[in-house]
Amino acid sequence: MHFTLNGRAVSFEGAGSRRLLDVLREDLRQTGTKEGCGEGECGACSVLIDGEVVNSCLVAAGQVEGCDVTTVEGLATNGGLSPLQRAFIERGAAQCGICTPGMLLAAHVLLQRTRRPNAAAVREALAGNLCRCTGYTKIIEAVLSCAT
Amino acid sequence: MRDVTYLRPRTLSEAVQLYRTTPGCRPLAGGTDLMVMLHARTLRPEPRGGAVLDLWSLAELKGVRRLGDILEVGAAEPYTGIIGSAEVQQHLPALAAAARTIGAAQIQNRGTLGGNLANASPAGDTLPVLLAYDVVVVTDRRSIPIDRFFTGYRKTALESDELITAVRFPIGRQVAFRKVGTRAAQAISKVVLAVSLTPARVAIGSVAEVPLRAHRAEAALEGGDVAGAIAAVADDIRPIDDVRSTAAYRRAVTQNVLRGLLDAFARG
Repeated sequence: MHFTLNGRAVSFEGAGSRRLLDVLREDLRQTGTKEGCGEGECGACSVLIDGEVVNSCLVAAGQVEGCDVTTVEGLATNGGLSPLQRAFIERGAAQCGICTPGMLLAAHVLLQRTRRPNAAAVREALAGNLCRCTGYTKIIEAVLSCAT
Repeated sequence: MRDVTYLRPRTLSEAVQLYRTTPGCRPLAGGTDLMVMLHARTLRPEPRGGAVLDLWSLAELKGVRRLGDILEVGAAEPYTGIIGSAEVQQHLPALAAAARTIGAAQIQNRGTLGGNLANASPAGDTLPVLLAYDVVVVTDRRSIPIDRFFTGYRKTALESDELITAVRFPIGRQVAFRKVGTRAAQAISKVVLAVSLTPARVAIGSVAEVPLRAHRAEAALEGGDVAGAIAAVADDIRPIDDVRSTAAYRRAVTQNVLRGLLDAFARG
Protein backbone atom coordinates (compact mmCIF):
# COMPACT_ATOMS: atom_id res chain seq x y z
CA MET A 1 0.00 0.00 0.00
CA HIS A 2 1.15 3.52 -0.78
CA PHE A 3 0.73 6.90 0.88
CA THR A 4 2.62 10.14 1.32
CA LEU A 5 4.47 10.58 4.62
CA ASN A 6 5.80 14.06 5.35
CA GLY A 7 5.90 14.84 1.64
CA ARG A 8 7.66 11.62 0.64
CA ALA A 9 6.04 8.65 -1.14
CA VAL A 10 6.20 5.54 1.06
CA SER A 11 4.79 2.04 0.95
CA PHE A 12 4.37 -0.90 3.30
CA GLU A 13 3.58 -4.60 3.03
CA GLY A 14 1.17 -6.63 5.09
CA ALA A 15 -2.35 -6.42 6.42
CA GLY A 16 -4.14 -3.11 5.99
CA SER A 17 -5.95 -3.84 9.26
CA ARG A 18 -2.79 -3.08 11.24
CA ARG A 19 -2.74 0.18 13.16
CA LEU A 20 -1.25 3.15 11.31
CA LEU A 21 0.70 3.82 14.53
CA ASP A 22 2.52 0.48 14.21
CA VAL A 23 3.22 0.88 10.50
CA LEU A 24 4.73 4.32 11.15
CA ARG A 25 6.92 3.19 14.04
CA GLU A 26 7.87 -0.36 13.07
CA ASP A 27 7.81 -0.54 9.26
CA LEU A 28 8.74 3.05 8.44
CA ARG A 29 10.93 3.65 11.54
CA GLN A 30 9.34 7.03 12.21
CA THR A 31 9.36 6.81 16.00
CA GLY A 32 8.45 10.43 16.72
CA THR A 33 4.82 9.29 16.99
CA LYS A 34 4.30 7.81 20.47
CA GLU A 35 1.86 5.24 21.81
CA GLY A 36 0.12 6.27 25.02
CA CYS A 37 -3.14 4.55 25.88
CA GLY A 38 -3.73 2.69 22.62
CA GLU A 39 -7.47 3.31 22.86
CA GLY A 40 -8.06 6.82 21.57
CA GLU A 41 -8.18 8.57 24.94
CA CYS A 42 -4.82 10.34 25.25
CA GLY A 43 -3.84 11.78 21.86
CA ALA A 44 -0.14 10.87 22.19
CA CYS A 45 -0.22 9.09 18.81
CA SER A 46 -1.85 12.03 17.00
CA VAL A 47 -0.90 12.46 13.34
CA LEU A 48 -2.46 14.43 10.50
CA ILE A 49 -4.29 12.70 7.65
CA ASP A 50 -4.91 15.16 4.82
CA GLY A 51 -4.48 17.94 7.36
CA GLU A 52 -6.94 16.60 9.97
CA VAL A 53 -5.69 15.47 13.37
CA VAL A 54 -6.48 11.82 14.23
CA ASN A 55 -5.30 9.18 16.68
CA SER A 56 -3.08 6.82 14.67
CA CYS A 57 -3.88 3.96 17.07
CA LEU A 58 -7.47 4.02 15.76
CA VAL A 59 -6.67 4.15 12.05
CA ALA A 60 -6.28 0.97 10.02
CA ALA A 61 -3.19 1.47 7.91
CA GLY A 62 -5.09 0.56 4.75
CA GLN A 63 -7.29 3.60 5.32
CA VAL A 64 -4.45 6.01 4.45
CA GLU A 65 -3.92 4.55 0.97
CA GLY A 66 -3.39 7.60 -1.26
CA CYS A 67 -3.52 10.07 1.66
CA ASP A 68 -1.07 12.68 2.93
CA VAL A 69 0.11 11.75 6.42
CA THR A 70 2.07 14.21 8.56
CA THR A 71 3.90 13.17 11.72
CA VAL A 72 5.98 15.29 14.09
CA GLU A 73 9.00 14.55 11.89
CA GLY A 74 7.25 16.54 9.17
CA LEU A 75 6.86 19.75 11.19
CA ALA A 76 10.49 20.79 10.89
CA THR A 77 11.12 23.34 8.17
CA ASN A 78 14.37 23.72 6.21
CA GLY A 79 16.01 21.15 8.45
CA GLY A 80 15.33 23.14 11.62
CA LEU A 81 12.64 23.11 14.27
CA SER A 82 9.45 24.99 13.51
CA PRO A 83 8.60 28.15 15.50
CA LEU A 84 6.02 26.11 17.43
CA GLN A 85 8.59 23.45 18.33
CA ARG A 86 11.07 26.12 19.45
CA ALA A 87 8.34 27.76 21.58
CA PHE A 88 7.68 24.43 23.33
CA ILE A 89 11.38 24.22 24.26
CA GLU A 90 11.78 27.85 25.25
CA ARG A 91 8.64 27.94 27.40
CA GLY A 92 9.09 24.60 29.17
CA ALA A 93 6.07 23.06 27.46
CA ALA A 94 7.74 19.63 27.18
CA GLN A 95 8.73 17.60 30.20
CA CYS A 96 8.69 13.81 29.80
CA GLY A 97 7.93 14.33 26.10
CA ILE A 98 5.47 11.51 25.44
CA CYS A 99 2.55 13.86 24.74
CA THR A 100 4.67 16.43 22.90
CA PRO A 101 4.50 15.13 19.30
CA GLY A 102 0.71 14.85 19.46
CA MET A 103 0.39 18.24 21.18
CA LEU A 104 2.51 19.83 18.45
CA LEU A 105 0.38 18.39 15.65
CA ALA A 106 -2.94 19.37 17.26
CA ALA A 107 -1.60 22.88 17.92
CA HIS A 108 -0.19 23.07 14.38
CA VAL A 109 -3.69 22.47 12.92
CA LEU A 110 -5.14 25.19 15.15
CA LEU A 111 -2.48 27.74 14.16
CA GLN A 112 -2.96 26.97 10.48
CA ARG A 113 -6.70 27.67 10.74
CA THR A 114 -6.76 30.43 13.34
CA ARG A 115 -4.01 33.00 13.16
CA ARG A 116 -4.73 34.53 16.57
CA PRO A 117 -6.45 31.93 18.77
CA ASN A 118 -7.31 32.84 22.36
CA ALA A 119 -6.55 30.58 25.33
CA ALA A 120 -10.01 28.99 25.21
CA ALA A 121 -9.52 28.05 21.57
CA VAL A 122 -6.13 26.53 22.38
CA ARG A 123 -7.62 24.52 25.24
CA GLU A 124 -10.37 23.22 22.98
CA ALA A 125 -7.97 22.35 20.17
CA LEU A 126 -5.75 20.42 22.61
CA ALA A 127 -8.62 18.82 24.58
CA GLY A 128 -7.86 15.43 23.05
CA ASN A 129 -4.20 15.51 24.10
CA LEU A 130 -3.50 14.58 27.69
CA CYS A 131 -0.35 15.69 29.53
CA ARG A 132 0.46 14.36 33.01
CA CYS A 133 3.54 16.55 33.59
CA THR A 134 3.04 20.19 32.75
CA GLY A 135 -0.40 21.07 34.07
CA TYR A 136 -1.00 22.43 30.53
CA THR A 137 -0.31 26.09 31.35
CA LYS A 138 3.10 26.19 29.69
CA ILE A 139 1.79 24.30 26.67
CA ILE A 140 -1.00 26.82 26.18
CA GLU A 141 1.44 29.71 26.63
CA ALA A 142 3.77 28.20 24.04
CA VAL A 143 0.96 27.88 21.48
CA LEU A 144 -0.30 31.41 22.18
CA SER A 145 3.22 32.78 21.71
CA CYS A 146 3.09 31.54 18.09
CA ALA A 147 -0.05 33.49 17.23
CA THR A 148 0.81 35.79 14.37
CA MET B 1 -4.39 -7.59 14.06
CA ARG B 2 -2.02 -8.94 11.45
CA ASP B 3 -4.38 -11.87 10.99
CA VAL B 4 -7.41 -9.66 10.28
CA THR B 5 -8.03 -9.37 6.54
CA TYR B 6 -8.56 -5.80 5.33
CA LEU B 7 -11.21 -5.30 2.65
CA ARG B 8 -11.68 -1.96 0.91
CA PRO B 9 -14.70 -1.92 -1.38
CA ARG B 10 -14.91 0.90 -3.95
CA THR B 11 -18.69 1.19 -3.96
CA LEU B 12 -21.58 0.56 -1.59
CA SER B 13 -22.88 -2.30 -3.73
CA GLU B 14 -19.46 -3.94 -3.61
CA ALA B 15 -19.45 -3.46 0.18
CA VAL B 16 -22.88 -5.06 0.53
CA GLN B 17 -21.76 -8.02 -1.59
CA LEU B 18 -18.51 -8.48 0.38
CA TYR B 19 -20.32 -8.24 3.72
CA ARG B 20 -22.76 -10.98 2.69
CA THR B 21 -20.08 -13.33 1.46
CA THR B 22 -17.21 -12.88 3.95
CA PRO B 23 -17.46 -14.92 7.17
CA GLY B 24 -16.47 -13.08 10.35
CA CYS B 25 -16.51 -9.70 8.64
CA ARG B 26 -16.89 -6.49 10.70
CA PRO B 27 -17.75 -3.11 9.17
CA LEU B 28 -15.10 -0.45 9.86
CA ALA B 29 -15.64 3.31 9.58
CA GLY B 30 -13.55 5.68 11.72
CA GLY B 31 -12.32 2.86 13.96
CA THR B 32 -12.88 4.71 17.25
CA ASP B 33 -14.52 1.64 18.79
CA LEU B 34 -13.61 -1.26 16.51
CA MET B 35 -9.84 -0.65 16.33
CA VAL B 36 -9.67 -0.55 20.14
CA MET B 37 -11.55 -3.85 20.44
CA LEU B 38 -9.46 -5.55 17.76
CA HIS B 39 -6.17 -4.40 19.29
CA ALA B 40 -7.14 -5.35 22.84
CA ARG B 41 -8.59 -8.62 21.48
CA THR B 42 -11.84 -8.04 23.33
CA LEU B 43 -13.25 -8.76 19.88
CA ARG B 44 -11.83 -11.74 18.00
CA PRO B 45 -13.54 -12.13 14.66
CA GLU B 46 -13.87 -15.73 13.48
CA PRO B 47 -12.78 -17.65 11.55
CA ARG B 48 -8.99 -17.06 11.73
CA GLY B 49 -9.11 -13.41 12.64
CA GLY B 50 -11.94 -12.62 10.26
CA ALA B 51 -11.96 -9.42 8.24
CA VAL B 52 -12.72 -5.73 8.45
CA LEU B 53 -14.79 -4.11 5.72
CA ASP B 54 -13.59 -0.53 5.33
CA LEU B 55 -16.57 1.76 4.68
CA TRP B 56 -14.74 4.99 5.53
CA SER B 57 -14.18 6.33 2.05
CA LEU B 58 -17.44 5.25 0.39
CA ALA B 59 -18.93 8.39 -1.18
CA GLU B 60 -22.47 6.97 -0.81
CA LEU B 61 -22.10 7.04 3.00
CA LYS B 62 -20.81 10.61 3.27
CA GLY B 63 -22.38 14.03 3.46
CA VAL B 64 -25.53 15.76 4.70
CA ARG B 65 -28.45 15.98 2.24
CA ARG B 66 -31.76 17.80 2.33
CA LEU B 67 -34.66 15.63 1.11
CA GLY B 68 -37.78 17.78 1.43
CA ASP B 69 -38.66 17.88 5.15
CA ILE B 70 -35.89 15.39 5.94
CA LEU B 71 -32.20 15.93 6.60
CA GLU B 72 -30.22 12.81 5.76
CA VAL B 73 -26.78 12.28 7.29
CA GLY B 74 -24.52 9.68 5.70
CA ALA B 75 -23.61 6.79 8.01
CA ALA B 76 -19.87 7.39 7.55
CA GLU B 77 -19.93 11.20 7.71
CA PRO B 78 -17.60 12.15 10.58
CA TYR B 79 -18.82 14.32 13.45
CA THR B 80 -16.58 17.16 12.25
CA GLY B 81 -18.59 17.26 9.02
CA ILE B 82 -21.86 17.15 10.95
CA ILE B 83 -20.77 20.01 13.24
CA GLY B 84 -19.65 22.06 10.25
CA SER B 85 -22.82 21.51 8.21
CA ALA B 86 -24.89 24.70 7.87
CA GLU B 87 -28.04 22.56 7.46
CA VAL B 88 -27.32 20.70 10.71
CA GLN B 89 -26.58 23.95 12.57
CA GLN B 90 -29.84 25.45 11.34
CA HIS B 91 -32.20 22.48 11.60
CA LEU B 92 -30.62 20.02 14.06
CA PRO B 93 -28.73 22.12 16.64
CA ALA B 94 -29.07 19.36 19.26
CA LEU B 95 -27.23 16.96 16.95
CA ALA B 96 -24.42 19.48 16.49
CA ALA B 97 -24.32 20.03 20.27
CA ALA B 98 -24.06 16.28 20.91
CA ALA B 99 -21.36 15.85 18.27
CA ARG B 100 -19.29 18.61 19.89
CA THR B 101 -19.27 16.72 23.22
CA ILE B 102 -17.79 13.58 21.67
CA GLY B 103 -14.14 13.00 22.53
CA ALA B 104 -12.15 15.88 21.05
CA ALA B 105 -10.93 16.84 17.57
CA GLN B 106 -9.22 13.48 16.97
CA ILE B 107 -12.39 11.51 17.68
CA GLN B 108 -14.74 14.00 15.99
CA ASN B 109 -12.65 13.66 12.83
CA ARG B 110 -13.25 9.89 12.73
CA GLY B 111 -16.39 9.02 14.70
CA THR B 112 -19.65 8.55 12.75
CA LEU B 113 -23.38 8.14 13.39
CA GLY B 114 -23.30 4.74 11.70
CA GLY B 115 -20.59 3.62 14.10
CA ASN B 116 -22.35 5.03 17.15
CA LEU B 117 -25.51 3.14 16.12
CA ALA B 118 -23.84 -0.15 15.25
CA ASN B 119 -21.70 -0.16 18.39
CA ALA B 120 -24.93 0.47 20.35
CA SER B 121 -23.22 1.45 23.59
CA PRO B 122 -25.78 2.56 26.19
CA ALA B 123 -23.45 5.58 26.65
CA GLY B 124 -23.33 6.54 22.95
CA ASP B 125 -23.54 10.32 23.02
CA THR B 126 -25.65 10.83 19.90
CA LEU B 127 -28.12 8.04 20.58
CA PRO B 128 -30.54 9.95 22.87
CA VAL B 129 -30.59 12.71 20.25
CA LEU B 130 -31.52 10.20 17.56
CA LEU B 131 -34.34 8.89 19.81
CA ALA B 132 -35.62 12.41 20.57
CA TYR B 133 -35.77 13.22 16.84
CA ASP B 134 -37.45 9.87 16.00
CA VAL B 135 -34.88 9.31 13.28
CA VAL B 136 -35.09 6.52 10.75
CA VAL B 137 -32.02 4.31 10.32
CA VAL B 138 -31.59 3.55 6.64
CA THR B 139 -29.80 0.32 5.71
CA ASP B 140 -28.87 -1.40 2.46
CA ARG B 141 -32.34 -3.02 2.44
CA ARG B 142 -34.87 -1.17 4.63
CA SER B 143 -35.67 1.65 7.02
CA ILE B 144 -35.69 0.96 10.77
CA PRO B 145 -37.47 3.37 13.16
CA ILE B 146 -35.01 4.27 15.92
CA ASP B 147 -37.37 3.18 18.69
CA ARG B 148 -37.09 -0.38 17.37
CA PHE B 149 -33.34 -0.30 16.77
CA PHE B 150 -31.83 -1.07 20.21
CA THR B 151 -32.86 -4.57 21.27
CA GLY B 152 -30.55 -5.26 24.24
CA TYR B 153 -27.13 -4.51 25.67
CA ARG B 154 -25.05 -3.68 22.59
CA LYS B 155 -27.60 -5.49 20.47
CA THR B 156 -29.44 -3.99 17.49
CA ALA B 157 -32.19 -4.90 15.05
CA LEU B 158 -29.60 -5.18 12.25
CA GLU B 159 -29.34 -8.50 10.43
CA SER B 160 -25.89 -10.10 10.51
CA ASP B 161 -25.21 -8.96 6.92
CA GLU B 162 -26.99 -5.58 7.01
CA LEU B 163 -25.15 -2.26 6.61
CA ILE B 164 -26.31 1.13 7.89
CA THR B 165 -26.15 3.67 5.08
CA ALA B 166 -27.75 6.85 6.49
CA VAL B 167 -29.80 8.43 9.26
CA ARG B 168 -32.89 10.52 8.40
CA PHE B 169 -33.95 13.38 10.70
CA PRO B 170 -37.25 15.25 10.50
CA ILE B 171 -36.78 19.01 10.19
CA GLY B 172 -38.63 21.37 12.51
CA ARG B 173 -38.47 19.65 15.90
CA GLN B 174 -37.03 21.52 18.90
CA VAL B 175 -34.67 19.22 20.82
CA ALA B 176 -32.54 20.12 23.84
CA PHE B 177 -29.38 18.17 24.77
CA ARG B 178 -27.18 17.83 27.82
CA LYS B 179 -24.36 15.45 28.63
CA VAL B 180 -22.93 15.02 32.11
CA GLY B 181 -19.43 13.55 32.29
CA THR B 182 -16.33 13.86 34.44
CA ARG B 183 -14.89 16.61 32.23
CA ALA B 184 -15.88 18.47 29.08
CA ALA B 185 -13.73 16.52 26.61
CA GLN B 186 -12.72 12.87 26.31
CA ALA B 187 -15.37 11.79 28.82
CA ILE B 188 -17.77 8.87 28.69
CA SER B 189 -21.13 10.16 29.89
CA LYS B 190 -22.54 9.41 33.34
CA VAL B 191 -25.92 10.59 32.07
CA VAL B 192 -26.85 12.00 28.64
CA LEU B 193 -30.31 13.40 27.79
CA ALA B 194 -32.17 14.70 24.77
CA VAL B 195 -35.64 16.16 25.22
CA SER B 196 -38.39 17.42 22.93
CA LEU B 197 -41.73 18.95 24.03
CA THR B 198 -43.71 18.60 20.81
CA PRO B 199 -44.00 15.70 20.56
CA ALA B 200 -42.99 14.76 24.10
CA ARG B 201 -39.71 12.86 23.95
CA VAL B 202 -37.39 12.15 26.86
CA ALA B 203 -34.44 10.06 25.70
CA ILE B 204 -31.60 9.08 28.02
CA GLY B 205 -28.26 7.30 27.77
CA SER B 206 -26.04 5.63 30.38
CA VAL B 207 -29.02 4.81 32.61
CA ALA B 208 -29.96 1.33 31.35
CA GLU B 209 -28.63 -1.48 29.17
CA VAL B 210 -29.83 0.46 26.12
CA PRO B 211 -30.33 4.15 25.28
CA LEU B 212 -34.01 4.49 26.19
CA ARG B 213 -37.15 6.57 25.89
CA ALA B 214 -38.65 7.49 29.29
CA HIS B 215 -42.26 6.64 28.47
CA ARG B 216 -43.78 7.53 31.86
CA ALA B 217 -42.10 10.92 31.81
CA GLU B 218 -43.22 11.46 28.21
CA ALA B 219 -46.84 10.64 29.14
CA ALA B 220 -46.72 13.21 31.94
CA LEU B 221 -45.25 15.82 29.57
CA GLU B 222 -47.98 15.14 27.00
CA GLY B 223 -50.43 16.15 29.73
CA GLY B 224 -48.41 19.27 30.52
CA ASP B 225 -47.34 17.88 33.91
CA VAL B 226 -43.69 18.94 34.23
CA ALA B 227 -43.36 18.01 37.92
CA GLY B 228 -44.94 14.64 37.18
CA ALA B 229 -42.47 14.03 34.37
CA ILE B 230 -39.51 14.77 36.63
CA ALA B 231 -40.89 12.39 39.27
CA ALA B 232 -41.75 9.69 36.76
CA VAL B 233 -38.40 9.64 34.99
CA ALA B 234 -36.81 8.03 38.05
CA ASP B 235 -39.00 4.98 37.43
CA ASP B 236 -38.33 4.91 33.70
CA ILE B 237 -34.59 4.40 34.07
CA ARG B 238 -32.59 1.38 35.30
CA PRO B 239 -29.18 2.78 36.25
CA ILE B 240 -26.41 0.71 37.81
CA ASP B 241 -23.36 1.33 39.99
CA ASP B 242 -20.20 1.10 37.89
CA VAL B 243 -16.72 2.57 37.54
CA ARG B 244 -18.06 5.89 36.24
CA SER B 245 -20.90 6.60 38.66
CA THR B 246 -23.55 5.18 40.97
CA ALA B 247 -27.19 4.35 40.34
CA ALA B 248 -28.31 6.88 42.97
CA TYR B 249 -26.22 9.66 41.42
CA ARG B 250 -27.45 8.87 37.92
CA ARG B 251 -31.06 8.92 39.09
CA ALA B 252 -30.64 12.28 40.85
CA VAL B 253 -28.74 13.82 37.93
CA THR B 254 -31.27 12.54 35.40
CA GLN B 255 -34.06 14.29 37.29
CA ASN B 256 -32.03 17.49 37.74
CA VAL B 257 -30.95 17.65 34.10
CA LEU B 258 -34.50 16.96 32.90
CA ARG B 259 -35.75 19.77 35.15
CA GLY B 260 -33.08 22.10 33.76
CA LEU B 261 -33.92 21.28 30.13
CA LEU B 262 -37.67 21.67 30.72
CA ASP B 263 -37.11 24.99 32.54
CA ALA B 264 -35.08 26.18 29.57
CA PHE B 265 -37.96 25.25 27.23
CA ALA B 266 -40.40 27.15 29.48
CA ARG B 267 -38.20 30.24 29.33
CA GLY B 268 -38.09 29.87 25.54
